[in-house]
Amino acid sequence: MLKDYFIYSVRNLRHRGLRSWLTMIGIFIGIAAVVSLIGLGEGLRIAIMSQFGFLGPDVLAVQASGLALAGPPGTGVVEPLSDKLADKIEKVNGVEAAFNRYIESATVEFNDRQSVGIAGSVPEGEAKKILETMVNLKAEDGRLLKDADSRKAVLGNNFGGDDKFGKGIRAGDRILINGADFEVIGILEKKGSFIFDNVVLMNEQVMFDVIGNKKEEVDVIAVKIDGTGRINEAKESIEKLLRKERDVKKGEENFVVQSPQQVLEALNSTLFAVQLFVYIIAAISLAVGGIGIMNTMYTSVLERGKEIGIMKSIGAKNSAIFTIFFIESGLLGIVGGIIGIILGMAFAFGLSVAGRAFLGSDLIQASISPWLVAGALVFSFALGTAFGVVPAYRASKLNPVDSLRSAK
Amino acid sequence: MKPIIKLEKVWKTYKMGDIEVNALQGLDLEVRQGEFLAIMGPSGSGKSTAVNMIGCLDVPTRGKITLEHHDISKLSESELAQVRGRKIGFIFQQFNLIPTLTALENVMLPIVFQSVSREKRIRKAAELLKIVGLSGRMNHKPAEMSGGEQQRVAIARSLANNPDVILADEPTGNLDSSTGETVMGFLQNLNRKEGKTIIMVTHDNNVAKHADRIEFLKDGKVIENFEIH
Repeated sequence: MLKDYFIYSVRNLRHRGLRSWLTMIGIFIGIAAVVSLIGLGEGLRIAIMSQFGFLGPDVLAVQASGLALAGPPGTGVVEPLSDKLADKIEKVNGVEAAFNRYIESATVEFNDRQSVGIAGSVPEGEAKKILETMVNLKAEDGRLLKDADSRKAVLGNNFGGDDKFGKGIRAGDRILINGADFEVIGILEKKGSFIFDNVVLMNEQVMFDVIGNKKEEVDVIAVKIDGTGRINEAKESIEKLLRKERDVKKGEENFVVQSPQQVLEALNSTLFAVQLFVYIIAAISLAVGGIGIMNTMYTSVLERGKEIGIMKSIGAKNSAIFTIFFIESGLLGIVGGIIGIILGMAFAFGLSVAGRAFLGSDLIQASISPWLVAGALVFSFALGTAFGVVPAYRASKLNPVDSLRSAK
Repeated sequence: MKPIIKLEKVWKTYKMGDIEVNALQGLDLEVRQGEFLAIMGPSGSGKSTAVNMIGCLDVPTRGKITLEHHDISKLSESELAQVRGRKIGFIFQQFNLIPTLTALENVMLPIVFQSVSREKRIRKAAELLKIVGLSGRMNHKPAEMSGGEQQRVAIARSLANNPDVILADEPTGNLDSSTGETVMGFLQNLNRKEGKTIIMVTHDNNVAKHADRIEFLKDGKVIENFEIH
């Protein structure tokens, strides 16, 4: 029986094709806005998260603050971290390991073309293993660094592509880093992080010799927390230690101890505010769309007075009439929703492709979860039915004698 | 023959603004099972109102209507719809088919409201369209058919739930006389061969001749009543 009502409703909507489409535009603009903007917002969150992704939940990063110049983390600060600090931090309660990292931008030359990469140091000995597991380093081609490797480099995944030099670098190729000859021994797996996909890894000593970093000026101290997971207590202890070592008062720190969690939380709350704003705008546009459905359904009830009278005279109960009109408004909502989802997805993915092509940025990417799609569908159906209830009720209550007499 | 429908002192008062209009003023009418009754009268005589009452489309202001010994003047809207659907088949002057549905779907519609399985419905509707000679037009929409064909679809539709009573309100009013004769032929057949009780409103004497009995209405009351056959 419902199936028959459904077929009948579909016929009616198609019969009034133009009006049905116009009504649905009101819905699908709203839904398309929600799907694309939330999808892009979610994509942005994932993109930014993956930039931090090299730091797991049990990792802290210590950097000197007070940036003099913009640049890779820890560079160009007024008072750099001393290379003696890592050993002291390692003794703090709850810390498993702490080691120095040096980071510097570097030019890479290959195939007679130049590009910029982020040179990063790899510590020696036990710390090397810890770094590799902490960051989950894996070579897609070739191998990772060993302590004895000199003038050898492991490159981020982007160097393996054709974009940078016209042809991808493979393990075994020779490149120039800041003018010095290097052998590439490995290409890393894709990380989705800007930093790690453009990294040029080399042993610490090589950083000092070739790139010119000073051993005394540490850019980042990577800290791994032990299994107890007391990350906040460890963080406070490290801050206390650093205040003493660098002779600063609480509140005037010239360093930061960051956990990736903290960064993500700050980021999430910002993105949430943006998304909330989007939701509000979308809600307004959807309310307008819903009123459009209501308007269309009222018109339909008026126009089809006679039809309602006929159906009642041949045995339709009020509930049957209500159901027919209710299905129609629900259909307007859900079909509008489906089109909106498709448009929204197309817009979001189109924008991310355009972003990559024209801006070369991975930050514009779309992430549309099944939940978002399902939510949008349910919502658009609910919208259609909510705004259809009153007209459907009105239709069901029409007096059969009067409606039979109506002109149309 | 025993009565199937009985109207006893039925009043119907409409309010038009401040003025009260009495469409029916104590109408007494009895319809016997299996008869072909014509209701005639000038416009404003209350014949349409009377037919609406008999068809359970409306309830009286005062008085009592019984259909097969059940008092229908006290039924709720949903109960009235049920009675209409099962016991009464309607044929209108304007045919009143649903324009977006095909002939077959139009005939099926009353059965849809009675929650019968789809297969049975299609079989029944196809069978009825065959009876009215429209097997070849099952998938045509009303707009694609002539007036006579539309009225035959309407006749098939009125029979969908196998009702005892057929109510025909000016069934030939929108048809030319020869098409009208065909339609009347079908109605007469239903009465004679199927034993359906037929109540027809008309003001055409030639059409009324097909009936067994005629009731004349004026000012909401029966003023004359005679048997033809």
